[in-house]
Amino acid sequence: MKVLVPVKRVVDYNVKVRVKSDGSGVDIANVKMSMNPFDEIALEEATRLKEAGKVTEIVAVTCGVAQAQETLRTGMAIGADRGILVETGAEIEPLGVAKVLKALADKEQPQLIILGKQAIDDDSNQTGQMLAALLGWPQATFASKVVLEDGKVTVTREVDGGLETVALSLPAIVTTDLRLNEPRYVTLPNIMKAKKKPLETIKPEDLGVDVAPRLKTLKVSEPAKRSAGIKVPDVATLVQKLRTEAKVI
Amino acid sequence: MVALVIAEHDNASLKAVTLNTVTAASQCGGEVHVLVAGSGCGAVAEQAAKIAGVSKVLVADAPHFADGLAENVAEQILAVAGSYSHILAPASAYGKNILPRVAAKLDVAQISEITKVDSPDTFERPIYAGNAIATVQSGDKVKVITVRGTGFDAAAAEGGSAAVESVSAVADSGKSSFVGRELAKSDRPELTGAKIVVSGGRGMGSGDNFKILEPLADKLGAAMGASRAAVDAGYVPNDWQVGQTGKIVAPTLYIAVGISGAIQHLAGMKDSKTIVAINKDPEAPIFSVADYGIVGDLFEVVPALVKELG
Repeated sequence: MKVLVPVKRVVDYNVKVRVKSDGSGVDIANVKMSMNPFDEIALEEATRLKEAGKVTEIVAVTCGVAQAQETLRTGMAIGADRGILVETGAEIEPLGVAKVLKALADKEQPQLIILGKQAIDDDSNQTGQMLAALLGWPQATFASKVVLEDGKVTVTREVDGGLETVALSLPAIVTTDLRLNEPRYVTLPNIMKAKKKPLETIKPEDLGVDVAPRLKTLKVSEPAKRSAGIKVPDVATLVQKLRTEAKVI
Repeated sequence: MVALVIAEHDNASLKAVTLNTVTAASQCGGEVHVLVAGSGCGAVAEQAAKIAGVSKVLVADAPHFADGLAENVAEQILAVAGSYSHILAPASAYGKNILPRVAAKLDVAQISEITKVDSPDTFERPIYAGNAIATVQSGDKVKVITVRGTGFDAAAAEGGSAAVESVSAVADSGKSSFVGRELAKSDRPELTGAKIVVSGGRGMGSGDNFKILEPLADKLGAAMGASRAAVDAGYVPNDWQVGQTGKIVAPTLYIAVGISGAIQHLAGMKDSKTIVAINKDPEAPIFSVADYGIVGDLFEVVPALVKELG
């Protein structure tokens, strides 16, 4: 069984982004870029399924600039067998990405596509669900457990207030939540091996997909700042302040 | 212009976040209709009809809507989408799961987790975990939107008298099935809707130590939450997590106990009306957002606070 794992190159999660002073976006020049953490979890899960003998091939896919090849190499160091870069300098919205991935899925015919539940840059949380709709496949988002057997995938999902389990017929889409697994540490020998794995580069036009954006970002601004309050000496003062000043209890 | 709100419910009652979504919908400029897709969900439809500002409630009642499977609910939304100018759902696990399927099928962008409606086609939404706010304009014919509940006041649950109309249910997709659900049983209010939240962090030291927070939460009628550090350490379950990767809350009072205040946590609670921090480290970043801080050992401060509350 073949698994497709789409990944995204994003600003590293440890970087605190700054809004540009002209309000045109956030400043990502010379900022450390990494694989979206939820996508790392997706690759780790695919790799574990392969190690368990349930998956035969893992294809990592990304859309983005030429440097996104590095993200694919990281993916191949975790466990992907090959990579596909759909190269574009333009920003593609989730709908455009979903269309690109649908075209690739039509070509590659995977039985399972595992994606991160959201990218930590635009925080959209859309691509997996959109791809499922375009393909007409069932989906299990926010997965914390994935069991692949008997031609179906049974997924435990993180929902508000607890967990929910659904069973999907294959082919299917799964999106990962944080607790699905802990991605392995990428070792140097695996990084070296990843350099020899095949990496194909294509353009969105080659797939006949229109990725023009639908939304216009008018401005990007700093969130309202919260100012620090006061330190109180004891609980009696605290309770008195909460009652008479803040009036919240 | 008419906006359609997708009701979140458990077939017995409407989830409160639907009320915030109705407010966002009414700010889009036109009438507001609500779709209730469920099984044996008549009581929910009646509740929805009473929401102030709602003029019509559509009900699709069928067994395969019982568990909110995305494949079925999305098809039902598409079946009634017709001439709606806006389709909105809460940005909860429920809404986030379903709505992108609808947007993709309509071939429109989705605008996720809006916190403000600037005009019928322009919205504000947080990006980079709330470290920046983007103002986006949609050129699509239908605006498909998820709504962050904390960004909008709740519409009045009573006062409306909308017409309730049954619509024919779409067929079961047959591609997914519901297996089971384990919901945490608690007498406390739900985290995202609670007026007061008491959260613990890694400073709690162990899962057992979270018990010290219970009398405080009981006394205040508060929901209990936690930082990601406490969840990662295995002290409490993940659905307690407040932060970028957990729940976004904005109660009137948020009490952070033994929480240092990592950016990822602040992203989930900084819109609370009043924040209290209890931490032994006077330099902890949580104090930079707290209205009232107490520097001290939480194991002494928390019981003293419970006693002081009387």
